[in-house]
Amino acid sequence: MIKILMFAGLAEKCNKHEIKYDKQQSTVEEIKKWLLDQFPQAAEELNRAMIAVNEEYADHQTTLHTGDSVAFIPPVSGG
Amino acid sequence: MNEKKFTITDQPINVETIIQKVVHPHAGAINTFIGTVRELTHGKRTLYLEYEAYVVMAERKLSQIGKEIKQKWPEARVAIEHRIGRLEISDIAVVIAVSTPHRADSYEASRYAIERIKEIVPIWKKEHWENGQMWIGDQQETTAYPTGKPEGLEND
Repeated sequence: MIKILMFAGLAEKCNKHEIKYDKQQSTVEEIKKWLLDQFPQAAEELNRAMIAVNEEYADHQTTLHTGDSVAFIPPVSGG
Repeated sequence: MNEKKFTITDQPINVETIIQKVVHPHAGAINTFIGTVRELTHGKRTLYLEYEAYVVMAERKLSQIGKEIKQKWPEARVAIEHRIGRLEISDIAVVIAVSTPHRADSYEASRYAIERIKEIVPIWKKEHWENGQMWIGDQQETTAYPTGKPEGLEND
């Protein structure tokens, strides 16, 4: 199981903050494609999001294993 | 007492507490930046703000900013706290305290910290107006992240 996290406007568009992705192994790219299928209304937000794997910025080629988490991070606006 | 120097909180920020974390005998300056909730943005009246964070990662990224400052200004001491949840006009959203032996470095390091917060720390602000609301991010929609990472990002 891989944990998918979403935030801010992206979480609102999908109406979810967290999703359990029932695979032992997957790349960020594959997970993103799956999310785009599940939540076509959030395509714009998904395509603009940065990626973090286990709380560190990562790229789309990163491979995740069960127990890992991937976060889709919309453009940030802290401060 | 919470001695962590890089924190996200859902409580009002006590500025003095953050300053105390950087007090040091070798310091000749402590610069404090206080970010507050602004009522008017481009003429639009904000009623209140809501901040959300990916808390674990946000604290790690604040800590990374602290390390970056240490590399540039080795004698600097830094503490940063950012508040999340509902904030009213003039409430304090973020406090950055930097102490250094000499004043010029404390100004520069403080400026560096707030600019980096706006680039890499996963915190989001939602503006609530009389007639609507919006998550604020990349307002000009000019930034894309084809690699998934912000440009110029250094991993720790």
